[in-house]
Amino acid sequence: MGLDTIGVTYPTVPVQISGQAGQQPGPGLAFASMEQLLAALELDKYEGQLVEELRLTRRDPIPDPSLWVIEEQVPVGFAEYAKNPVGNLVTWARRSSVWPLAFGLACCVFEMFSAALSRWDISRFGMEVFRASPRQADLMIVSGTVTWKMAPVVKQVYDQMCEPKWVISMGSCANSGGPWASGYSTVPGVNRIIPVDVYVPGCPPRPDALLYGILMLHAKMKKEANRKRLPSVHV
Amino acid sequence: MTLLLNADEVAPRLRDRYPDAVLEAKGSSLLVRRERLVEVARFLRDTDGLDFDYPAMVTAVDRWDYFDVVYYLNSLTRNHSLYLKTRAYGRELPVVPSLVGVWRGCDFQEREVYDLMGIRFEGHPNLKRILLWEGFEGHPLRKDFIG
Repeated sequence: MGLDTIGVTYPTVPVQISGQAGQQPGPGLAFASMEQLLAALELDKYEGQLVEELRLTRRDPIPDPSLWVIEEQVPVGFAEYAKNPVGNLVTWARRSSVWPLAFGLACCVFEMFSAALSRWDISRFGMEVFRASPRQADLMIVSGTVTWKMAPVVKQVYDQMCEPKWVISMGSCANSGGPWASGYSTVPGVNRIIPVDVYVPGCPPRPDALLYGILMLHAKMKKEANRKRLPSVHV
Repeated sequence: MTLLLNADEVAPRLRDRYPDAVLEAKGSSLLVRRERLVEVARFLRDTDGLDFDYPAMVTAVDRWDYFDVVYYLNSLTRNHSLYLKTRAYGRELPVVPSLVGVWRGCDFQEREVYDLMGIRFEGHPNLKRILLWEGFEGHPLRKDFIG
């Protein structure tokens, strides 16, 4: 429940910066001059506008970008493959080396790291290369609570990824907001910001659960070989 | 283990120097007058035997009539600690003096208290929101905030 739905406004103590333009700022300040400080304030205002805009417009979840029927995950035999050999080959290659983005927001990220380490070993599925740059990654694992202040960043990182791209929402917070779903600072589900392919429940999900979610994603990709995937909605 | 100092032992030394500063010394917390906060903090930092050189935490409590602003002070050289408290009155614009001039580590902590509780730290060089975004209405850790 947002503040605007109750219709109550709260008093806000105004921002206070000691000193004036052209003057040396006070102690404890990381800025060299007052002009830099004022420029930083302008950036803060811009960021606040972005956050407020997302918060007011993203009321409903974005639907799944493609068709998704879980019972059809079993491959459908040689005849089906033979219909579209190139598409199936490309999908097989993509599926066998999905490169995730090294991207963590909260405590779920440690389960993601565990999944990458030797005990669960995500490299069995061709995914050991966690890319630091979104331009080299196919898969975004949103691991953790998304706050409204972080939402523009998540959206920007998603927009920077190349097509085709997939998103796994990991953990209760990313799925639905978790215990903070009705709070003032948490996005109630990352699917308000970006379209999500697979949801992994749990608080946090065990690494096995994440691996199962990745296998589900593989099944989805396999299914999509014969269908035209909708280009990701530019949201 | 850090020794939590008894405020009764610290208060007499403080009363010698600033007779009107200490309002209450209870347990290990020292409640001081708001106008004397900076002097008391300087005294606690510089006096031999106290040497509080590390403000581990700054927080605030909403008591409806007033806000308690709490500083948890540590001494790394003496290995002891103490709670320093002061009060800010009013809900529209509660004001306490900033301690950034005494301990620079208070900078971000005071900004956090300003952000979530809405207490103005007078003399802080850069008092703006740190966790929430610019343009957020109200201060969410106050008791009258319904989110």
